[in-house]
Amino acid sequence: MTRNLTLGAALSSLVLLAALISFVWTPYDHTSLDIPNKLQSPNGQHWFGTDHFGRDMLSMIMVGARTSIAVALVAVGIGMALGVPLGLTAAARKGSWLDEMIMRGNDLVFAFPSLVIAILITAVFGAGAINAIIAIGIFNIPVFARITRGAALSLWEREFILAARVSGKGAARISAEHILPNVANLLIVQGTIQFSLGILAEAGLSYVGLGAQPPTPSWGRMLADAQTMVSFAPHLALIPGLAIIVTVLGLNLLGDGLRDWLDPRIRVARV
Amino acid sequence: MLRYMLKRLMSLVLSLAVASVVIFAVIEVAPGDPASFMLGVNAQPDTLAALRAELGLDTSKAQRYVNWIGGMLRGDFGTSYTYRTPVSQMIADRLWVSLPLALYALILSTLIAFPAGIYAAARRGKPGDLAVMGATQLGIAVPNFWFAMMLVLIFAINLRWFNAGGFAGWEDGFGPGLKSLTLPAIALALPQAAILARVMRSSLLDILGEDFMRTARAKGLNPRQALWRHGVRNALIPVLTIIGLQFSFLLAGSIIIEQVFYLPGLGRLVFQAISARDLIVVESVVMLLVFAVITVNFLVDLAYAAVDPRLRGRT
Amino acid sequence: MSLLLIENLSVVIHDQPILDHVDLSIAPGQIVAVTGESGSGKSMTALAAMQLLPNGAVCQGSIQLDGQEMLDQSEAELCALRGASVGMVFQEPMTALNPVRTIGDQVMETILIHKAMSPAQARSRAQEVLSRVGLPSDRFPMSRYPHELSGGQRQRVVIAMAIALRPRLLIADEPTTALDVTTQAQILRLLRDLVTEYGMGLLMITHDLAVVGEMADDIVVMRKGKVVESGKTQHLLRHMRHPYTRMLFEASGHQVALPEPPPPQALLEVKNVVREYTLPRKRLFDPPGRHRAVDDVTFTLSRGERLGLVGESGCGKSTLTRAILGLENIQGGQISLGGQSVFAVKKTNMAVRRKMQVVFQDPFGSFNPRHRVARLITEPFHLLEVPPAGSEKQDRIAEMLTAVGLSPDDANKYIHEFSGGQRQRIAIARALIIKPELILFDEAVSALDVSVRAQILDLLADLCAAYGLTYLFISHDLSVVRTITDRVMVMKAGRIVEQGETERVFSDPQHPYTRDLIAAAPRLPAMDVSASVASPLLES
Repeated sequence: MTRNLTLGAALSSLVLLAALISFVWTPYDHTSLDIPNKLQSPNGQHWFGTDHFGRDMLSMIMVGARTSIAVALVAVGIGMALGVPLGLTAAARKGSWLDEMIMRGNDLVFAFPSLVIAILITAVFGAGAINAIIAIGIFNIPVFARITRGAALSLWEREFILAARVSGKGAARISAEHILPNVANLLIVQGTIQFSLGILAEAGLSYVGLGAQPPTPSWGRMLADAQTMVSFAPHLALIPGLAIIVTVLGLNLLGDGLRDWLDPRIRVARV
Repeated sequence: MLRYMLKRLMSLVLSLAVASVVIFAVIEVAPGDPASFMLGVNAQPDTLAALRAELGLDTSKAQRYVNWIGGMLRGDFGTSYTYRTPVSQMIADRLWVSLPLALYALILSTLIAFPAGIYAAARRGKPGDLAVMGATQLGIAVPNFWFAMMLVLIFAINLRWFNAGGFAGWEDGFGPGLKSLTLPAIALALPQAAILARVMRSSLLDILGEDFMRTARAKGLNPRQALWRHGVRNALIPVLTIIGLQFSFLLAGSIIIEQVFYLPGLGRLVFQAISARDLIVVESVVMLLVFAVITVNFLVDLAYAAVDPRLRGRT
Repeated sequence: MSLLLIENLSVVIHDQPILDHVDLSIAPGQIVAVTGESGSGKSMTALAAMQLLPNGAVCQGSIQLDGQEMLDQSEAELCALRGASVGMVFQEPMTALNPVRTIGDQVMETILIHKAMSPAQARSRAQEVLSRVGLPSDRFPMSRYPHELSGGQRQRVVIAMAIALRPRLLIADEPTTALDVTTQAQILRLLRDLVTEYGMGLLMITHDLAVVGEMADDIVVMRKGKVVESGKTQHLLRHMRHPYTRMLFEASGHQVALPEPPPPQALLEVKNVVREYTLPRKRLFDPPGRHRAVDDVTFTLSRGERLGLVGESGCGKSTLTRAILGLENIQGGQISLGGQSVFAVKKTNMAVRRKMQVVFQDPFGSFNPRHRVARLITEPFHLLEVPPAGSEKQDRIAEMLTAVGLSPDDANKYIHEFSGGQRQRIAIARALIIKPELILFDEAVSALDVSVRAQILDLLADLCAAYGLTYLFISHDLSVVRTITDRVMVMKAGRIVEQGETERVFSDPQHPYTRDLIAAAPRLPAMDVSASVASPLLES
C-alpha cells in the first residue's frame, strides 16, 4: 500500500522538518518566561498556547522534537551497530558456543525492559538524556541481533550461499557480500519501528524524570508538568501527546509502507 | 517432554544467576557510601563504622553478593538504608498493587486483542479489517501514560465515575481495589492490545495460507469452521511469545502508570528509593522485576509445549 | 453418464486468464489424468472442480457433478459436497495436515463435519479407513500426530480423510510428486485399488507422463490454460495429433548421446568416508545417539567419466556431495582429487577446491538476486590466485555465456530476468568458468519442466564433447541418470549398495534394493514409432 508510505513519509518529515527548523528559528524563544501570558489556550499569537510559565508551546514542541529524534536515532544506531554484527556472527557460526552465547546474552538483555535498565543506570549515574539513550540502545541490541540472525539463518541455507562457499569465500566475506545486502531491507523496516518505539520510550523516561533534564525541553517532561494542570488547561497535555502520536504513527506507517514497497515477503518482528 | 522442561528450567536458573550478578555489579559501581549518605556529612567515624557493619558493608564484594542472594532465597531482601525496615516487607506491600495491575491489564489486553485480531483476519481487506487495523495503528502510537492522563481527564475529572488516583486497598474487599485499578489497567492494556491484535491477525493470515487450511476446506469445512478449528490454535504459537514479552512491558509500564495515578506500587517505591539513594531497595526491585520476566518467559515455553505437540515429542 | 463433466470452463483471476475453454469428463470407476508443464493450468482445473479457487477467481462455463451444476451452488451447498461427494488429495503431505491435531481427529472431522454419523460410529469408520490406506491402528494409533509419520504415511492419512465418506469423485493434485519412487509406487497402487473398490472417479493431476501412462484411462494434455489434446490413453499414445503432446512425451524420455570417455585414470578418490551426526538424546541421561549419514563409502571417479549417484531422499547423497565439496567435515576416511586431499589440516584445501564446482537444484535460490550475471558467474574466480581481469575477464564471461547457449549481452542483466531453464544455464556457466576438473550436479535438472530438462541434458552432452567434462551427477530420477552417465552408484541408508556401468546396472541390477528401485519407477509408455517425428518445438 503506497498510501501508508505516503502518509507515513509525510508525517515523519513534518516532525523532522520541525526539529530541523528549530535550530535556526522558533516562533518564540522556548526558554523565555512570560508569566502574564501563562496558560493561554491555542490562539493567533501562540498557535499551541502557552504553558504555566507563559512559554510558547509550539516552540517547545519544535525543540522537544529535536530531543526525541536525537535520543531515538542514536539508540537505534547503537542497536544496529552492535546487534547486526552479533546477529550475522551468530548465524554464520550457527550451533557453535559463540552462537549459543550471543543468543543467551540476547535473552538476558530481553529480561531487562528498557525502563528497568534506565532505572538501574539512573540509580547509579543519575538521570539524563545520555543515560536514556544508553538504556534504549542496550534494549535495541537484542532486537536487531535476533532479527538479523533469523533472516541470515534462512539465507545461509540458500543455494547461492553454498555456491559462494564452493567458490572458497569465508564466513565473514559471505556475510558482508551476500547476507547483509539481502537483510538490509528488513533492517531498514525494523529500524523505523525501533525508532518509533524509541520515541515512545524516551517520552516515558522523561515523563518519570529519568530522561532529558531541564532546561532541555522534552515532550515527556512537558506532559509530566501538565499533569497537575490538566483539569483547567487540557491543551498542556493534549499538544505534547498529539506530537508523540503523530511522530510514532508517521514512523509506523512509514515502516509498514516501506516493508510493502521494498519486499512484500519479509517479516518484521513487532514487539 | 521432561527433558524439554528441565532444559528450560536450567536456562531459567542460569539467566537468573547471570542477571543477579549484572544487577549486583551495576549497583556496586555506584559512587558514594550508603552509610555516610544515611548519616550525613558530619557523622562520627565510629558510628559510621558501626552502621557499615550493621549493613554488612564492611565485608568483601563476593561475600556481600553471597549474602544478598542467600538472603533473597530465604525471603530476606535486606534492610532499607532510609527507612530501616525490611525491604521484603516494603516490596510485599507494593507488590499487591503492581502485580494485580499488570495481570488485570494482561487479561484486558488479551480479551480485546484476540477477538479483534481474529475478526480482522477473517475479514481481510474488507472495511471491518481496515477499521481494526486503523485503530491498532493509532493504539500503538499512543503513549500509555498520556492515554492515562486523558482517561483521568474524562472519566475522573469530567464524568467523576472513578477517582483520579490513589488506591483503595484490598481491605474492604475485591470491588473497591479493582475499581481503583480499572483506569490504570485500561491505560496499560489498550496500547498493548493494539500490538497483540496485529500479531494475532498476521499470525492467522500466515496460517490461512497454509496447505492444511486448504485441506480443511476440501473436507467440507466452511471458512469460519476452518478458521476456528484449524487456524486459531496454530496461530497462537507466535502470539504466546508476544504475550510473554508483553508481560514485561506491562510490569515496566505499570511503574510509569503508577506515577499518573499515584498508586502505591513498586514504581513509586523505586522512584522514592532512587531519589533517596536507597540502592538496596532499587537492587531488590530490579531483581524482582527481572525474576518475573524470566519466569513468565519460562511459563510461555511450557505453554508452547501444551499448544504444539511437535515440541512435546522433542526430547 | 459422466460423474464430473467440465464444459467450456474459463477462469479469470484478477483479469489474468488462467483457464480457457477447458472440457473434460470422468465416469465412475474411471481415472482421468490431466497433464502438462508448469503454468498449464492443470492444478487450477482441479481447484475449479472443487470450487476452491483463490479469491478473485471468476468462472465461466459449466462444472457438473452428477448432473448438478457446481457453479450455481451456494457456498453452504458446496461445503456439503466437499468431503462428502468429492474428496481431494494434495501434493505436499508434509504440510497438508494440521500439525497440532491427531490423525484420528482429522480423519474423523471429515465425517463429523457432514454429520454423517455419531461420534462413536465416526471413530470406528476413521479406524477402518486408516487401516484401509495402510495405517492399521495397532501400529499407527489414531492418537499419533502428523510429525510422527513419514511423508508417505502422511499422504495415506490425507487419502483416508478424502475417502472417509466414500466420495463419488476423488481429485488428486500431484499426489506423489513429493514422494520417493518406492513410496510413489505404493500410493499409486493404493489409489488405483480404491478406484476399483469404491467405483470412484479419479481426477489425477500430474506432470509425470510415466505416471500418466501407468494410471490413466483417459489423458488430458494442457498447455497455457487450454486443453491441447485429450482421449483414451491407448488411443492417444498411438495417434498423437498435437505436436505439443508429442514433444512432451519425447522430452520425457529424452536420450542424449555422450562421447566415449577416455581410458580410466583416477581423478576423484573417495575412500571409506564416514559422516556422522550427533542426534539429540532420546532420554535425559542416555548417551546421545549418532546417525551415520554416509557410512563407509568408497569409489573412484576417473578423468572424463560421467558418474551417477542415485538414491531416495535421506539416503545420504546430498551429505556425500557436500563432503566431497569440502563443505562438511568427515569423521573418517579420505577424499582426494588428483592425489591431493580435499581436507587439509583443519581447513579445506584451496588448491583442491579450485578444481571443483557445483550446480544445484533450485534455479531460483542459486543466485544472489542483487548481483548482475557477470558478477554471479565470476564468483568462482575468487578461488584463483590470479583471477583474470579486464578484457580477459570479459572474454571469459562472453565465452561461457555463449557456451551455455545464452548471449554475451546477458552479462548485464539481473537474475530475475531469466526463466528457470536459463538460470540453470547460468549456473552451469558459473561452474564452468574456472575450467574445473570436476563438476557436481546436485539434482540439477529435477526442478525443471520436461521440455527444459531435455534441453539442459542436450547442453550437457554438448559440453561433454566440447570441454571433456568429468562429473558426478546426483539425482533421484533414474531415467535421467540412465542417459547422462557412463557409470552409476546406488546409495541406500548411507551406503553404496551397487555400482557399475549404467546400462548394466539398469538392465541387470544385482542388489535387491536396486531391483526394487527400478521396478518401482514408473515407465514411460511405448509410443507409436511412426508417429514420432522430430519435434519442431524441442529444436527451437
